[in-house]
Amino acid sequence: MSGGTSNFQSNSRVVNWIEHRLPVFSFLDSQLHQYPTPKNLNYFWNFGSLAGIVLVIMIVSGITLAMSYTPHTDLAFDSVERIMRDVNSGWLIRYIHMNGASIFFIVVYIHIFRGLYYGSYKAPREILWMIGIFILLAMMATAFMGYVLPWGQMSFWGATVITNLFSAIPLVGDWIVQLLWGGFVVGNPTLNRFFSLHYLLPFVIVGLVFLHLWALHMHHSNNPTGVEIKDEKKDTIPFHPYYTIKDMYGLGLMLIFFAFFIFFAPNYFGHPDNYIMADPLVTPPHIVPEWYFLPFYAILRAFTSDYWVYQIVSLGGWLMSAKLAGVIAMFASILVLLLLPWLDRSRVRSAKYRPLYRFFFWVFAIDCVILGWVGGLPPEGVLVTIGQWSTFWYFFHIIIIVPVVGILERPKPLPDSIAASVTSAPQAAE
Amino acid sequence: MSETASGSAEIDEQTRRDFLIWSTVAVGAVGTALAVWPFIDQMNPAADTLALASTEVDISQIEVGQSITVIWRGKPVFIRHRTPEEIKEAEAVDLADLPDPQTDDARVQKPEWLIMVGVCTHLGCIPLGQKSGDPKGDFGGWFCPCHGSHYDTSGRIRKGPAPNNLPVPGYEFTSDSTVLIG
Ligand code: HEM
Ligand code: FES
Repeated sequence: MSGGTSNFQSNSRVVNWIEHRLPVFSFLDSQLHQYPTPKNLNYFWNFGSLAGIVLVIMIVSGITLAMSYTPHTDLAFDSVERIMRDVNSGWLIRYIHMNGASIFFIVVYIHIFRGLYYGSYKAPREILWMIGIFILLAMMATAFMGYVLPWGQMSFWGATVITNLFSAIPLVGDWIVQLLWGGFVVGNPTLNRFFSLHYLLPFVIVGLVFLHLWALHMHHSNNPTGVEIKDEKKDTIPFHPYYTIKDMYGLGLMLIFFAFFIFFAPNYFGHPDNYIMADPLVTPPHIVPEWYFLPFYAILRAFTSDYWVYQIVSLGGWLMSAKLAGVIAMFASILVLLLLPWLDRSRVRSAKYRPLYRFFFWVFAIDCVILGWVGGLPPEGVLVTIGQWSTFWYFFHIIIIVPVVGILERPKPLPDSIAASVTSAPQAAE
Repeated sequence: MSETASGSAEIDEQTRRDFLIWSTVAVGAVGTALAVWPFIDQMNPAADTLALASTEVDISQIEVGQSITVIWRGKPVFIRHRTPEEIKEAEAVDLADLPDPQTDDARVQKPEWLIMVGVCTHLGCIPLGQKSGDPKGDFGGWFCPCHGSHYDTSGRIRKGPAPNNLPVPGYEFTSDSTVLIG
């Protein structure tokens, strides 16, 4: 990793011996200690390190759960109940893992919207942003497969509905679905491979996080003004102790929030049907995915054969079925974010200086919340219309509004530097 | 070393080297693909899973107007002893009204026995309508609660997001009272 300089020195002979062969100490010193960080970061910059810590919590709780979990359709449900009742502290570890998934998504969604607001995806941080999107995709796959493991009714039917999405692919769809299942239905082979992949993917995420940080350290953090670091001495402070302490403080607050759910509302994010063992012959009346998938589920369901957007993109129904269109739209809703650095034509990063973009940013944020709300309710009556318009707006915002606003908008004047932005108030008093 | 290869005079030498490079790449790519295939193919249904592929069912106890659900390849199969009214209704439908046009005749071997896989062709939920108290949808057949698909008395899709009729598995009446599915 570059971007940091280190004048690391030690008196310890052991340290120097190691350093000469593997320069870990100067590396850590340059990346975590001296590492120059903009001095004006606000609390939204806490969420990256929080996400990293939650990832570690998920891996530790997951590996310990796996010590008592049995990936077999006859035994999985009971093994989880045994973890809850008999295994020492099992209930605690499972509740940490269950609620940890929700906390992970809360933290990461805030982290992403921070990036959207402050324009952190713009040059030279495009690859940093894109790796972030891949982390989100890997998290979604991990959480989806994890939710199947306890083998409750929602596990089974969620897995059935989501894997069936692939049957919409022309020609090879049914073959792919059978390949995913390892049978003719979601069954034991499916559970086994999901466990295998659920164990693997978090470590893939660790690798992606490493690349994410590498790219970050090339050009350093963005900051609330969006103005690049110009003078390292004036604009930055060393990461340690200033941001290590701030991150620790944020961590304390997050752990309180996390602990509240673990101890007082452990099933708040869950669904009671998942405490009924999977029954392949009985579909629960209302299947909903976990809350963090709801906006995407709403986009999937918006595509009915009479949806005007579907009529346009499928050339009046000729090109593809509504089912396929829904599946494509759902994946596209995340993949389109990869293009954001090029769709946004404005050279000003921070929404602080972009009044028009700021207005549309908030409309977009509300739109995502509406999508999440609609996605959790049965698709009936006016909800269908609301879901369809919100879906339209989601794509319209990213593909049309962002580029057009970038061209038309007149941004407010930017501060000369990060240092100037933080000292401007006293300056007025001078 | 590279001087001979890139020397502009020795065109002969260059094409020979290109040939070697590309043939090595091609052989390597094919070899890699062949090596990868078993790791993908292991995910396909295993031999014992495939071996469970047929089920024999006794249908002598099913009264007219009753349905039973049996399991075939892990999936529910609906077997319905249809009433004369249901048969009449199914046969009377105009094919132009159907999203997935199919005559009732093409879906049954004996009109009184409707046998089909009870898995919604939308996203795989199990439609309601097997028990007498179940909702049967707007067309008196089956209703999928997941996203609201309505099937008629022949198991054909009539309304909702599902694209296709409930599929009819291969089956055979081995006697008057038994049917072999698969
Ligand atoms: C990216 C990090 C991870 C996420 C987002 C995640 C998510 C999930 C979710 C949502 C569940 C279902 C919880 C429930 O409703 O009961 C689950 C279960 C499980 N996970 Fe993870 N997980 C992660 C990492 C891991 C790791 C590294 C392991 C190590 C093997 C693991 C092992 C398990 C086991 C054994 C279960 C089943 C027990 C249970 O359901 O409580 N997880 N995971
Ligand atoms: S699965 Fe039956 S309507 Fe969607």
